[in-house]
Amino acid sequence: MANRTPLYDAHVKAGAKMVDFHGWDMPLNYGSQIEEHNAVRNDSGVFDVSHMTIVDVSGIDAKPFLRHLLANDVAKLSIPGKALYSGMLNEQGGVIDDLIAYFFSDESYRLVVNSATREQDMAWINKAAGSFKVTITEQPTLGMLALQGPKAEEKLKLVLGDEAFAAVDGMKPFMSQQVGDYFIATTGYTGEKGYEIAVPGDKLEPLWDALLNVGVQPCGLGARDTLRLEAGMNLYGQDMDESVTPLEANMGWSVAFEPADRQFIGREALEQQKAAGHAKLVGLVMKDKGVLRHGQKVIVEGGEGVITSGTFSPTLGFSIAMARVPATVGDTAEVEIRKKLVTVSVVKPSFVRNGKSVLA
Amino acid sequence: MSNIPKELKYASTHEWVRNEGDGIFTVGITEHAQDLLGDMVFVELPEVGDAVAAGDDVAVCESVKAASDIYAPIAGEIVEVNEELEDAPETVNNDPFGDGWLFKIKAEDPSEVEGLLDAEGYQAVIDED
Repeated sequence: MANRTPLYDAHVKAGAKMVDFHGWDMPLNYGSQIEEHNAVRNDSGVFDVSHMTIVDVSGIDAKPFLRHLLANDVAKLSIPGKALYSGMLNEQGGVIDDLIAYFFSDESYRLVVNSATREQDMAWINKAAGSFKVTITEQPTLGMLALQGPKAEEKLKLVLGDEAFAAVDGMKPFMSQQVGDYFIATTGYTGEKGYEIAVPGDKLEPLWDALLNVGVQPCGLGARDTLRLEAGMNLYGQDMDESVTPLEANMGWSVAFEPADRQFIGREALEQQKAAGHAKLVGLVMKDKGVLRHGQKVIVEGGEGVITSGTFSPTLGFSIAMARVPATVGDTAEVEIRKKLVTVSVVKPSFVRNGKSVLA
Repeated sequence: MSNIPKELKYASTHEWVRNEGDGIFTVGITEHAQDLLGDMVFVELPEVGDAVAAGDDVAVCESVKAASDIYAPIAGEIVEVNEELEDAPETVNNDPFGDGWLFKIKAEDPSEVEGLLDAEGYQAVIDED
């Protein structure tokens, strides 16, 4: 039987259409994924992300270990609670997973990794730990919600009460704070303001119910996918995987090449690839009728590429996609849709932020 | 359990057919089909006047999830299409057997409809999926 989060019954009660997601029974939608999408852009929505894996890393070598393990540099983090996004790479520079690392002290960090890659991640982290003096602790009893949208702050305040909310009031993006049972972070996967909140499994449903009671829209995987794609955020397994480097996946910004003497896993391969040149991940926009889809062939100046993620953008009203193409790509490309070639615009892979189009 | 009106006929490819009299038949997709596809974002309809054969792909329902061909359940001429869907494709989700109809066919041979599935037969098709 598939894994279930502590909210399984709550999803069914809310009318969710449940689907298998990498071995987890998860809600696809609660009726209309477009309505859920719009709720996050205009008001607030909540997602069950309890299938994600939380891993705590502690010990006197925690900092040097993560500086070795991750392509981004945790030494950039000095304020307790601060977070950063990073790829975890293999020796060839391929992305084993993308994750968020939270800093508490030089001897204590938290990683939040994808569910689909949990076993490979844990095996890799434990192997990489080798002789580092660290303790790796998975936290399977923690559940997690993502509360997202322009009204997320207001809704969280209603649910927590003024006193508890004061601890996270005005918190900058990519920060976190433990508030009683709640680990509250200003992170997300939608391009809106909001929070990801980790709580003990048995406290999850009361929090979920409280959010729904103040009018937050429950949202499923369908809306999660259109929201993250509009925001230009990668989906592991689709936009990148072990055969793709961060440089080829629009994640170059998350690779810290400086300081030059930090020997993180995959560094050598990335430096070689950087010098030799590589494919890149771009955004595509199609204002004609139709929808760009994963796997469609993309013809560009100097070669061919492929759409890694494509969808109809509910916010923009037309189709958008991310595609991996040769670096010679120009301002337009042709996509093969249902046996016809359609001309599309090539843009940076970011389409919507804070409810508004970022397209020129 | 999906709603499958008894008075309609069905194709195994999830279209429904309603007899409007005078050899005219309205065609749409079933509640089960719209549920499988999810939120509709575009509906491409045939042209009025098109002559179609049974089994021709004559329309496309494109949802957030997938593009799905819609087949003519019977042969004939397209006499009307649901132009409201241009601006409101979600009507196919909200009212698949009513305002979400797709097109009307003037049948070449109205008895062809007898060869389609009844509600029970269509239920069996869904159960097999």
